[in-house]
Amino acid sequence: MKDIIEPYVTPDGRTIGGVLMDMRNITLRFGGVEAIKDISFDIREGEIRAIIGPNGAGKSSMLNVISGFYHPQEGEVWFRGQKRPPMKPFQVARLGIARTFQNIALFEGMTVLDNVMTGRLTHMKSNMLAQAIWRGKAEREEVENREKVERIIDFLEIQAIRKTPVGRLPYGLKKRVELARALAAEPKLLLLDEPMAGMNVEEKEDMSRFILDVNDEFGTTIALIEHDMGVVMDISDRVVVMDYGRKIGDGTPDEVRNNPQVIDAYLGVAHD
Amino acid sequence: MSADFLYGIEVVINGLMAGVLYALVALGFVLIFKASGIFNYAQGVMALFAALTLVGIMEGQVPFSHLINAIFGTSIHHFGWEVPALFAIFLTVLVMIVFAWAVQQFVFRHLVGQEPIILFMATIGLAYFLEGVGDLMWGSDIKTLALGLPQGGSIWVEEATAGLGGDDFYGFFIDKLDMVATVVAIILVISLIAFAQYTKQGRAMRAVADDHQAALSVGISLNFIWVLVWSLAGIVAMVAGIMWGAKSGVQFSLSLIALKALPVLMLGGFTSIPGAIVGGLIIGVGEKLFEYTIGAPYLGGATENWFAYMLALIFLVFRPQGLFGEKIIERV
Repeated sequence: MKDIIEPYVTPDGRTIGGVLMDMRNITLRFGGVEAIKDISFDIREGEIRAIIGPNGAGKSSMLNVISGFYHPQEGEVWFRGQKRPPMKPFQVARLGIARTFQNIALFEGMTVLDNVMTGRLTHMKSNMLAQAIWRGKAEREEVENREKVERIIDFLEIQAIRKTPVGRLPYGLKKRVELARALAAEPKLLLLDEPMAGMNVEEKEDMSRFILDVNDEFGTTIALIEHDMGVVMDISDRVVVMDYGRKIGDGTPDEVRNNPQVIDAYLGVAHD
Repeated sequence: MSADFLYGIEVVINGLMAGVLYALVALGFVLIFKASGIFNYAQGVMALFAALTLVGIMEGQVPFSHLINAIFGTSIHHFGWEVPALFAIFLTVLVMIVFAWAVQQFVFRHLVGQEPIILFMATIGLAYFLEGVGDLMWGSDIKTLALGLPQGGSIWVEEATAGLGGDDFYGFFIDKLDMVATVVAIILVISLIAFAQYTKQGRAMRAVADDHQAALSVGISLNFIWVLVWSLAGIVAMVAGIMWGAKSGVQFSLSLIALKALPVLMLGGFTSIPGAIVGGLIIGVGEKLFEYTIGAPYLGGATENWFAYMLALIFLVFRPQGLFGEKIIERV
C-alpha cells in the first residue's frame, strides 16, 4: 500500500502535494517498554492526516517524537526532504512545526492576545539590543505581527475574549486559543493532540469546522490525534491506525474502516 | 501639626525608602523563582560579589592577585589605573551576565526536572562558592565604594520643611543616599516591567514563568531564558549591592541583606513582582513605624531586627501564599 508520490487533487478541490514529513522505522522505548514499534508513515503537504488508536496505543508518543519532546531510539525523521537530527522541542518549533497539547498548555496568567502573540516569537527577528535602540523598527515588527495575530483571532472567532486572561476561560475556548497560538506561528506542519477531547457535540462540530477551514484557507498541513473515530473519518484525508505501539492500518478513511485488523483492535467488536 | 506627628511622617518616609531597597533585593528572588522555580539562596552573595567586583574594577585591582602572588612569588596587586564609575558598572554587568551563563551551563542545566529542594541545595552551594571566589578574586578586606553618590542629610529638605511644625520641629531628616537609591530602584523596577511587557524576550520570559512545556512548543529556548533571568537577577543584585555598599562599606555582611528579603517575600508572595515591591514597602514602613511608636518607648528599642520576621510569621499562619501570590489550591 505504498502511496503515489505525485500531487493530486481531492474531490473537494484541495491540492495534496509531495511528502512533507516522513517517519521511517521509528522505535521508541521507555526502559523496557516499547511505546512505538518500528512505525513508518508519511505526511503529505496540504493534507489532514490523522493518527488514531485505542488508549495507550502510542499516539501521543508519536506526536511527541514529531515535535521533539521524545527522541526515538531507532528510526529516522525526515522533514522537507532532509533528515532531521535529534532536536530540542524549541528547535523543532523554529523549523515550522507547531503543536497543541492534549491537556492544554497555555500561559494561564496572560491574556488571549498575549498568548497568541507568543506564537509569533519565532518570526520576530529584531533582538534585545535592537529593541532597545531602534524602537521604530521593533515597533513596526510588533505591528506587523499584531495584524497577523488579529487575523487569526478573527478567523477563530475569539475577538470577544482578546483581553481576557486565559485562566478564566472555559475549556472549549481554551482549546481554541491554543489552536490560535499554534496557527500564529504560520506552521508548515500543525500537530493537534486530541483537539476534541472532553468537548461536547456542538464544540466538536465547531472544532472540526475550524480544522477544515484552517486547512482550506491557509493550506496548512495538519496531523492530528483523535479518539473520536467518527469525527476523524469525516475530516481526514488519510488515517494511520496504531495499537499497542504498532501500526495496524494506513490509508483513506474508507480503507481503514474496512480493514479487519482495525475493526478488531480498535473497535473491539467481532467481525465475521 | 504637632511635632510628634511630623516626626511620625518622617519615619514613614524613611521607612518607604528602606522598603524600596528591600523590594529590590526581593525582586531578584522573584525573577528567578518565577521563571525556574528555583529559590536562589545565593541572591545576597550575588549582591556582595557584584559590589566587590565593582570596587575591584574601579580601583584597578588585579583579580586573584593573592593567589597569583602565592604561586609565583610575585607581589602584584593593582594595574595602576582607575576605571570611571559608569564604565566599571558596565563591566560589572558583563561579569554578572557571564556568571549567569556559567551558573546555567555548569549547574542548573544538569538539574532540570529535579525536586525544588535539590535546586535549593544547589543554590546554597553556589552561595558559598561565590563567596569564596569573591574573596579569592578581590581579597576579603572591607572596601569603600566611592561612587561619588551624595551622602548625609539633605539640608534642602530640612529647611524646606522646618516651618511645618512648631518650635520642637526642625524639619525632615532625609539621607541623600536614600533618595538616590529610591530613584534608582524606581527606574530599575519600571524598566524591568517595561522589558517584561513590551519586548520579545520579555514576553518569552513571562511565557516560561507560566508554562515550560507551552513555552517550548512556541520555540522558546528555556536555557536562554534562564540565563536571561539570572543575568537580570545579577543586575538587580548589583544595584542593591551598590546602594548598600555605599552606605556601609563592601564587606561580607552585605550578603546578609538577602535575609531581609525573606519576610518581604513571605508578605508579597514568591511569584509576584508587584508583591515584592508592596511587600518591601510594608516591611520598611512597618518596622520603622513600630520602632518609633512601640519599640523604642516601651520595648527598649532595636525591634527593627526582628519585627519583619514576626510579621512574616503571622502572614505564614493566615495567608501562606502572601498578598499577591498565586492561591494554593490542592486538588484531591
